[in-house]
Amino acid sequence: MAGLSTSRSRTPFVLLGLAGTLLTWGSVWGLFFAPPEFHMGDVYRILYIHVPTAWNAMLAFTACFVLAVLSLAKGDFAWDARLEATMEVGVVLSLLLCLQGSIWAKPTWGVFWDWDPRLTTTAVMVSAFAGILALRRFVDDPVKRATWSAVAAIVASADVPIVYFSVRWWNSLHQTQSSPETVSVLFHWPLRINAIGMLLLMLGLVMLKTRTVALRLRQELAPPLPQAQPARLGAAAEAGGAP
Amino acid sequence: MTTPSPSGDVAVEAHGLSRRYGRRWALADVSFQVGRGSILMITGRNGSGKSTLLRVLATAIRPDHGQARVLGHDVAAAREEVRRCVSLLSHYSYNYEPLSALDNLAIAARFLGRAHSRESLLGLLAEVALAERADDPVSTYSAGMRKRLSLARVLLQDAPLVMLDEPYAGLDPPGFRLVDGLLRRLAQRGSTVLMATHLLEHGASLCDQGIVLEGGRLTWSGPAAALRPSDLGGSGAATP
Amino acid sequence: MKWILVALRKDLLLQWRTRAHVVAILLFGATALLLFSFAVGPNSEALLQFAAGFLWLGLMLSSTLALAESFQTEMEERALEGLLLLPAPARAIYYGKAIGNWLQLTLLGVGLVPVMVVLYDAATWRLPELVGVLALGAAGLSAPGTLYAAMTAQTRARQTLLPLLLFPLVVPVLLSAVKATSLLILGDPMLQLRAWVGLLVAFDVIHWSLCGLLFERVVED
Repeated sequence: MAGLSTSRSRTPFVLLGLAGTLLTWGSVWGLFFAPPEFHMGDVYRILYIHVPTAWNAMLAFTACFVLAVLSLAKGDFAWDARLEATMEVGVVLSLLLCLQGSIWAKPTWGVFWDWDPRLTTTAVMVSAFAGILALRRFVDDPVKRATWSAVAAIVASADVPIVYFSVRWWNSLHQTQSSPETVSVLFHWPLRINAIGMLLLMLGLVMLKTRTVALRLRQELAPPLPQAQPARLGAAAEAGGAP
Repeated sequence: MTTPSPSGDVAVEAHGLSRRYGRRWALADVSFQVGRGSILMITGRNGSGKSTLLRVLATAIRPDHGQARVLGHDVAAAREEVRRCVSLLSHYSYNYEPLSALDNLAIAARFLGRAHSRESLLGLLAEVALAERADDPVSTYSAGMRKRLSLARVLLQDAPLVMLDEPYAGLDPPGFRLVDGLLRRLAQRGSTVLMATHLLEHGASLCDQGIVLEGGRLTWSGPAAALRPSDLGGSGAATP
Repeated sequence: MKWILVALRKDLLLQWRTRAHVVAILLFGATALLLFSFAVGPNSEALLQFAAGFLWLGLMLSSTLALAESFQTEMEERALEGLLLLPAPARAIYYGKAIGNWLQLTLLGVGLVPVMVVLYDAATWRLPELVGVLALGAAGLSAPGTLYAAMTAQTRARQTLLPLLLFPLVVPVLLSAVKATSLLILGDPMLQLRAWVGLLVAFDVIHWSLCGLLFERVVED
């Protein structure tokens, strides 16, 4: 209860505004002013948004693991609210990531979905974490909801590296695909600006969502106590009433 | 934190015990004490919080606020110690429906680490008049028979503190005598008993103290014999 | 350790008394295998190619039924709560249940093998290895499955939530078990079986230890 802050501070909106500015700046630079890439021409420009999304989606899910451990260890609902908010933003970012990945894959490799281990792992994580968000809707007791989603988030996080390696092995037998990792210095700046913009966007959204969840949890956790009536005592009150 | 009273004669003490179910307080700020060896009657209308109180004290559910000590052990911090010295006759039968009465008792005995044999368990079942149906699956039992089987489980646990939630519900007259006999036996042995019941007069004849819950709050406490139906409050007397 | 055996004994007795249900789940799995072959059509080459995948999909679908059932009896009269109040150690209850479910799922898998052989003509003589892969894969389904079934059995939408939570998690089990089974059926010229079995073992070790640690938090109120 104690940490369930529902302050109305403007910080998230400031962050969102900054994020919008940075994302516009970085994307305009990336789309119109950065030189075309040697092999891929203009298609590569989606990377200016794709790579920042990927970094931040991974960051969100890593944060989910940390928040889940904290929520389970401390039993404070503030961590539960942050966990739900981060998980939701992480799922949205990962969905975007899958979408961008497919858009990028079609002109590059001729297919929307190429079972790249990163893309596939992201898809598996989306369904795992979306499942946990669904579980939360079906548990009425806030304490159980907090415990169970933290437990499920920990198990799902522990699963991520195994999913990644299994998909990589599984796929490596068919084809070896490598995304262009080496980005030359000229391309760095729009990427960095967009990455910071995306980070601020994520932080702002997580803060806003945490506030919403905290408000809901407050309602659930502190219903008004029933009207107190003075305890009547029987003849000889040896049973001991309220002290 | 108040320091727990060191006196060894308090079996159960609760301070400001509260428990929430969803948006409702099933138990609100309940405080009382029960001496060792006494038999406490907990009464109140349906939904007044009797079962919740027993379940919190037996560590089946945690309290949301307040503290309680059972035979010196804190119900939130020392759950295992509390469980070792408490047995709860719940309104859930705690039995595996596909298994027979004997199997169910044997499972409990094994987890309790008690030596047991078919004969000893049959003896227990004979005490609750279930020996003839001992090998039938519990799913074929009536409500009263399930209650008897749960009573046999309480006998098996043989705990110094016994909590009975509506022990008479669903039982026939011989079943009533069975519960009465159990209560007297526990009293003779010096066990402490907490019994939730609607049967005011019957309960008062067996219990020495009583408390009344109303809407989750403790509204009356005193000697069980002094309890009148009007003390229950709520409907009937039409108090606002 | 002693308590795990006590808990396992209870779960095996429960499974024996409800064996009709186990048989029904096996029939469901066999029906699923039959349906998969209709989806592919009477193309014996394709069926043979996909045989291992179908076997594991059939087992995965049946496993949610078996896992859910294993907590049905624990929850209907709150028998699990009764055990915890005795007090029985939660971790022992978990491992007893997980081992019980593992044995049942292995048995289901072994039961589905002849169906696969008959329907898809996917025969192999490396039977000990096949049973080993089935056992390792079943262990990977059972450890997280038992944990999640304990949660979902207490919720309103348990039929939907258990597969929704479990299936994404066991993707590595499905991948590696299907690969390993395929290699046993279709031949293993590049000797990849060890790698896939190694992945299964790694998954099992991680989940059997992690889920055992977390179970107590899930069942205690």
